[in-house]
Amino acid sequence: MITPIDYFMGLSAVIFAIGVAGMLVRRNVIVMFMSIELMLNAVNLAFVALGRRVGSMDGQVIVFFVMTVAAAEAAVGLAIIISLYRGRETLNADELNLLRW
Amino acid sequence: MTQHFPALGLILLFPALGVIFNLFWGNRAGRGVVNFVAPTMIFLSFAVALWGLVELLLMPAGTVLEFTLWRWIEAGSFHTDIALRFDALSAVMVLVVSGVGAFIHVYSIGYMAHDEDYARFFMYMNLFEFSMLVLVLADNLLLMFVGWEGVGLCSYLLVAFWYTNPEFAYNGRKAFIVNRVGDAGFVLGILTIVTTLGAHGVWTLTFVGMRAHAGLLEPVAAAAGLLLFLGATGKSAQIPLYVWLPDAMVGPTPVSALIHAATMVTAGVYMIARLNFLYTLGPEAMRVVAIIGTLTSFFAATVAIVQPDIKRVLAYSTISQIGYMMLGVGVGAFAAGIFHLMTHAFFKSLLFLCAGSVMHALEGEQDMNRMGGLRRWLPTTWATMLIAALAISGIPPFAGFFSKDLVLESAFVSGNTGLWLIGTITVGLTSFYMFRLIFLTFHGQVRVAPDKVAHIHESPRVMTIPLMVLAVFATIGGFVGLPDGLLWGNAFQRFLTPVVGSGVAHPAEMPGVSVGPMLSLVALIVAATGILLAWIFYIRKPEIPERLEESLRAVYRILIRKYYVDEIYNFIITRPLFWGSREVLSRGVDTFVIDGMVNGTGLTVEESGEGLRKIESGNVQHYALVYLFGALMVAAYYIYLVMR
Amino acid sequence: MPLWLFIFLAVIAICGAFGVILQRNPVHCLLALALTLIDVGVLFVGLGAETLGFLQIIIYVGAIMVLFLFVIWLLNLQIEPAPNAHLALKFFGSIGAAALAAELSVFFFNAQPVSGVATIPGTYGSVESLARMLFSDYLVAFEVTSILLLAAVAGAIALARRMTGAALTRTPVEGEGVVRARESGS
Repeated sequence: MITPIDYFMGLSAVIFAIGVAGMLVRRNVIVMFMSIELMLNAVNLAFVALGRRVGSMDGQVIVFFVMTVAAAEAAVGLAIIISLYRGRETLNADELNLLRW
Repeated sequence: MTQHFPALGLILLFPALGVIFNLFWGNRAGRGVVNFVAPTMIFLSFAVALWGLVELLLMPAGTVLEFTLWRWIEAGSFHTDIALRFDALSAVMVLVVSGVGAFIHVYSIGYMAHDEDYARFFMYMNLFEFSMLVLVLADNLLLMFVGWEGVGLCSYLLVAFWYTNPEFAYNGRKAFIVNRVGDAGFVLGILTIVTTLGAHGVWTLTFVGMRAHAGLLEPVAAAAGLLLFLGATGKSAQIPLYVWLPDAMVGPTPVSALIHAATMVTAGVYMIARLNFLYTLGPEAMRVVAIIGTLTSFFAATVAIVQPDIKRVLAYSTISQIGYMMLGVGVGAFAAGIFHLMTHAFFKSLLFLCAGSVMHALEGEQDMNRMGGLRRWLPTTWATMLIAALAISGIPPFAGFFSKDLVLESAFVSGNTGLWLIGTITVGLTSFYMFRLIFLTFHGQVRVAPDKVAHIHESPRVMTIPLMVLAVFATIGGFVGLPDGLLWGNAFQRFLTPVVGSGVAHPAEMPGVSVGPMLSLVALIVAATGILLAWIFYIRKPEIPERLEESLRAVYRILIRKYYVDEIYNFIITRPLFWGSREVLSRGVDTFVIDGMVNGTGLTVEESGEGLRKIESGNVQHYALVYLFGALMVAAYYIYLVMR
Repeated sequence: MPLWLFIFLAVIAICGAFGVILQRNPVHCLLALALTLIDVGVLFVGLGAETLGFLQIIIYVGAIMVLFLFVIWLLNLQIEPAPNAHLALKFFGSIGAAALAAELSVFFFNAQPVSGVATIPGTYGSVESLARMLFSDYLVAFEVTSILLLAAVAGAIALARRMTGAALTRTPVEGEGVVRARESGS
């Protein structure tokens, strides 16, 4: 039996939510970043599934761009993390609160 | 008929130039130049005024010289011009103001010779002359009010001339503020007239225009008259707004002579005479004017008889004499009131200038109890002051006799016998306090402080010459208004008739004796009695005043404290006003409400900021949590949409 | 795609995702993430987007995950201790995430279905069709993205390079960088 499109969307939603939870719960900023990647992939999955359902290539093109941007974002984000580590000697999100009031 | 006469503008131009010169170049130009320029400007105005008078006399009676400068206000149908009007009444006033004023300027050269601030003084004096001339030359009520306000301002500036003394400054403020109270009434009067005329479509405030439509004003004539008179009581120092004048004596003596004797204080009388058509339509207002004038006259004279300060005696004397003028115009004898105004200008300014001369000799002493026997050192001052005293007491042939006589006669003849009686009694009081002043100052024992005796000297010529000139006028000034039947009769009244009417009609003479000479005789006897009493009290038996003072101590106290009027005003008006301002307005409204709102706004922002900043924890995950909640809500909304 | 295959792949994906957020050792998290991403790549291929699937594996897993790994090794990360602060945040965060999942699922399952069965062209998902779209309809985005990549490269290098010279010898002053509000905070 062909899986209905809803299942793909549901899976996407679950993976996204897991990504959100990871983002909020973990203290290590690198793991937080990985959760963000999870979220991005969940959304990619949703796009491709819907594109397939509608029958156009637009979904895939969008995913292509998302991937590209995610790559750029990962590079810059990791560079930030490195310089953060060099400055504060910690990667604990609880301790990285310089913008506090 | 009216005649275009541009030279009228010069009458105003000269003092204005004097003001500008003294304002910008006075200090640099040096004392000599300033001393020359300021009086010369006034003399020039006087010359032009004389020329105007000659023109008027040459032309048929009732001619008016006019000159319009420009259109001042244009508001719909209402318009007013800056326009000057020179008729018989203005002629008299302008000549008095500029003539007497010019000589007082000359006197000031000597009086202010030791003062460093001479440029400012002469600027203010010229400014005053300018304002007063605007007042008397205006052809409409609004422009007259401009001059009215201007002289009030100059009064403040000049009374508080030595402003570094707080008391002087206070008295200056008192003069100005009390004037302003009267001016409020004046403005209301103007508004009454404008609105009444406007209701009938007549939109003008020129005297000519108002007179032409006087019938329309009849219902409000009394009210308008009374409101305008309120302003007059302020300016002319009558009850209830006279309280500023005695305290205004702290100003330089020439100021007292010019402003508080000859000119500004007479503005009220002039205003009533100018608006005679309005007042004749409102007899109730005239009655009030006459009654207040008489009461003021009597009341001020009673206070004057015990005052020790030489200038205060003269101040109360001024109040009293203006009361006479008000009595004159109040009973309908407008020309008589103006006549007394003119003669009063001569002898009162002379009295003040002589007092200034005495003070100059005694280095500022004003207490008559510390004068005495000055006759041998100050002969010219003594002689001129004696002439002035005789004039004010109403002794013929000096000027005061004719003018006072005319006023009192008009009062009697118009049926106000009570007012005549009070006025005659006041004549006695006047001569009494006047000669008390003469005797205390110039005769008897020398009570001058010993260190000052050596420096007593007669004033320089620049001061004594104006004294002599004014003394001449005080002597012959009355001759323009002789009683009917004597030589050329009352030329003054005839001159003014086209403007102010023919005065009070004479009744048929009583059988066997004529009323006029009878009244004059009565007045003369009363005056002579006053002089005699003064002589007894202060020359023959000087112990009498002290004995009287002791036995009538309560009466004496009331008199010397001026009936406690200042204290009463302070209690009823000043203190509640200050209390209200301080507690209600300053503390309540200003500090509490307004400042509270402003400060409260700031405080609110500050405190809410303090509270709200806790949101910024710096923890990225907190922010993400907030995002999540937002996302949840959006998702919930979409579900809601989908479920429908 | 047959349902049994989907279920199988979905379970792997969810297990991997949980592994990402629950493992203590960051390297284990990374490995779990790699598993999940490969799984998603397979899902892509199963949905007909072959190009994307392979691209996902090549780029995401092959490049980005390796980059993550390098950074973890570079910074010598240790095992993260148990959470002992901001517990409320973590609690509510988890609840919120679960709620989000629930909401989204409800939404998707109740949304209006797309009408009709779309015809799938034979070249669906091929490199050629993807390229055709990129270079015609989405050309501007394509070019901008390339500039974005350039900027990212430059930014990453600028952020992460070691300071030399004066910046190197500069010792951080005590309290430097701390926002002054810390003292005034009540």
